[in-house]
Amino acid sequence: MANFSKSGGHRFAVDVYQNTHLPEGGREVDAIVTVTATGGGTTATTPLVPVVPHQSPSSYGPQPAGPDAAVVVMVDCSGSMDYPPTKMRNARAATAAAIDTLRDGVAFAVVAGTHQAKEAYPGGGRLALADATTRQQAKEALRKLTPGGGTAIGTWLRLADQLLETSEAPMRHGILLTDGRNEHEEPDALRASLEHCAGRFTCDARGVGTDWEVKEVTAIASALLGTADIVADPAGLAADFTRMMETAMGKEVADVALRLWTPQGAEVKFLKQVAPALETLTERRVDAGPRIGDYPTGSWGDESRDYHLCVRVPAAAVGEEMLAARVSLVLPTPDGSSPRVLAQGLVRAVWTDDLSASTSINAQVAHYTGQAELARYIQEGLDLRRSGDLDGATAKLGRAVQLANRSGNEDTAKLLAKVVDVVDAATGTVRLKATVTAEAQMTLETRSTKTVRVKK
Amino acid sequence: MSQVPRPSQLTACPACREPLDPADNFCGGCGADLSAVPSPALLDEGPADYRLALPDPGARAAARAPLVPPAPPGDGPHRPAWPPGADASAGPGAPDPRTGAVLGVPPQAGHAAPGAPPGPGAVRPGAGGTGRSCGACRSGMIDKDGYCEHCGHAQPRERDHMEHELPGVAAVSDRGLRHHRNEDAYAVSAIALADGAPATVAVVSDGVSSATRPDEASAAACAAARELLVTALPQGEDPREATHDAIMRAAEAVNSLAAPARGPLEHDPHRHENAPACTIVTAVVAGDLLTVGWVGDSRAYWVPEDRSTQPARLTEDDSWAAQMVAAGLLTEAEAYADERAHAITGWLGADAYEVEPHTASFHPDRKGVVIVCTDGLWNYAESAELMAEVTPPDARTRPLECARQLLAHALDGGGHDNVTVAVLPFPLAPEGAGSA
Repeated sequence: MANFSKSGGHRFAVDVYQNTHLPEGGREVDAIVTVTATGGGTTATTPLVPVVPHQSPSSYGPQPAGPDAAVVVMVDCSGSMDYPPTKMRNARAATAAAIDTLRDGVAFAVVAGTHQAKEAYPGGGRLALADATTRQQAKEALRKLTPGGGTAIGTWLRLADQLLETSEAPMRHGILLTDGRNEHEEPDALRASLEHCAGRFTCDARGVGTDWEVKEVTAIASALLGTADIVADPAGLAADFTRMMETAMGKEVADVALRLWTPQGAEVKFLKQVAPALETLTERRVDAGPRIGDYPTGSWGDESRDYHLCVRVPAAAVGEEMLAARVSLVLPTPDGSSPRVLAQGLVRAVWTDDLSASTSINAQVAHYTGQAELARYIQEGLDLRRSGDLDGATAKLGRAVQLANRSGNEDTAKLLAKVVDVVDAATGTVRLKATVTAEAQMTLETRSTKTVRVKK
Repeated sequence: MSQVPRPSQLTACPACREPLDPADNFCGGCGADLSAVPSPALLDEGPADYRLALPDPGARAAARAPLVPPAPPGDGPHRPAWPPGADASAGPGAPDPRTGAVLGVPPQAGHAAPGAPPGPGAVRPGAGGTGRSCGACRSGMIDKDGYCEHCGHAQPRERDHMEHELPGVAAVSDRGLRHHRNEDAYAVSAIALADGAPATVAVVSDGVSSATRPDEASAAACAAARELLVTALPQGEDPREATHDAIMRAAEAVNSLAAPARGPLEHDPHRHENAPACTIVTAVVAGDLLTVGWVGDSRAYWVPEDRSTQPARLTEDDSWAAQMVAAGLLTEAEAYADERAHAITGWLGADAYEVEPHTASFHPDRKGVVIVCTDGLWNYAESAELMAEVTPPDARTRPLECARQLLAHALDGGGHDNVTVAVLPFPLAPEGAGSA
């Protein structure tokens, strides 16, 4: 089932994969919903190709009336960025590379973050419009960034929010770089800042080195619908920042919500994004009418994401058919009237006494259930290892190795192999490595939620 | 066709008070489906002991205006209009072989022949919603996908129950009690042969549930086979040859469904490995000749009016059990006790190796009826003797009533599958298709 709709040149399609059949008395309906956005075509869609810095604004077509995107880069300038000094140097170079990747006409600013947030460029509580001149000025301003002071990430996000607030651009995005723990503000203060910023802009978060807290960085990305990753070697920052900015520039439709209609008496057991990475959305529901709830998905470029939906519906008699959920992608309208539906798909339930029909598990559902288990085993395994329960850690990580192997999640399998010695991947027989680098452990933890799609 | 008949006495829309024409199936003002309004009128027209009792709309139309079709509805070209009754084919001018033809499939199947307009109560989704309210929870309205926007229950579909009667042939098809949709289809026609003599045609098909879109397969097969028969027979083609050709044409029609038709298919590379498929059985009564043709396990039975004489099954299933028995490997009882008994060994569809239509002709020497049905019926009356036992004595004179009673028998037995049955009286009554 595919259903298309265009939005600003973008076409959204919704495909539903499920076993519609339920046994007599069955109530739980699982479905994988694949949302694919294609089209646009005004931006780079191959993020791995290095981008040549823009030479001249005149070589580009007519500029739109206002910027369609606004980006704030938040660079950690705390004292620890000086150890080793290459860290600050690489952070500057990475920010410069990101600025070079800015499309002409995009509004941008650079925030220098310590125990407080300062505008590094352009200053005056505003954003600059990207062109050759402002890009040059921004890079000059980066040279003046010097390490010193503490870390209070909440203040950086608040300042980024204030700056983005001055722009009417529909796509508002942040890129945050930190190298240490959020030591100079209470966890509650960061949480409050995240709550304040959620839905106002999206944000990717990166931890450089190995002295930062994985759960802090992933929480920022999760709350602000962005990506989280580790850049253990500062030398890799420039390439990573370029990629992130290219992805941000490729976003063309902002504030897309996944809208769920479920029948009277039904309960959404969970809704999670399962590809490209796991993200539970269940708690982010905003009621949008009777039996209707919206879940934020952020902004979209040319990309495809999978969602796992589990609905509990009231049971019906054998032979009955019910619409268990209507999944739509909706775009809010500026005037607040009913949002535009970009695409939709139907999740159905059909009760049958044919056991072979009702007991078969859809391959997509099975696959992503396995990927979610994989992430959970890694998380639990690493937690047990830290707490000293080595037997428990071995069991959990062994199961993770088995699942990663079986589902073809090679990236995760490789990361696991840096934490455990794999004796037999098929049976999940492993031994904990005696010494594990902080980098290996943090990389595994940060990327444990990355999933792979079903092998075709 | 909807489950409840259109109340003929409505003069204004119950929803918006718009005045109605008696032929209206939908309100011209608000679009309400008038067939959804329960009517006491149905009690006069049929048995009320189970959920369906549809008065024959063809007969009604014919009674009201014997020589002209009902007044065309005023609000658009795609309004359903009942075809003129069989009487019309006797009117002056070149007889249209398709006149009086009825297809037991919905018009939106996309394969209905142009001469086979939908029956009343055809459901066409509107832009936003349908304006109908839910029959399950009674509090929600039906959305354009056919589900209640309150409780989510799928609404009765046109194909859930269908029935038609023409002079000399009647058919009924029902979803049954355990399946969520009706994947059976039928097509019936009353035609005039080259010499002006009447003839009747029935086609019944059962979609293979384990294949994709079985409902479309059965609909396409019936439409294609009927189309060929009603074209070839009036041109003087031998009924047995025409039957063979009709089944081959039906096979082509089902094959063509496997071609990519909708949406992007990149994610479904195995689509062709499970192409739509169905069975087919046809019956033609022309003069004193009865011709049947089939592929699969849908059947035709001969039930004589004089029950002291022998009834007969006219078809031989393309099924595992039948092959085992035919090869002498198992007794009938052993074969049908096996769980593979009903696995069919012949079908129409894109992954069938080779379609070999079976045809047979008979010269019945007495009065009786031909029962053409899917396994949803014969599972509850397998042998010819049992089928004769459950066939009412007045089957020949009241074929629609007979079809309804056979359906009721299957539903009483559990209704585990879709049930479709066509009844063709033999010989054709002299007041058949050829006269008013």
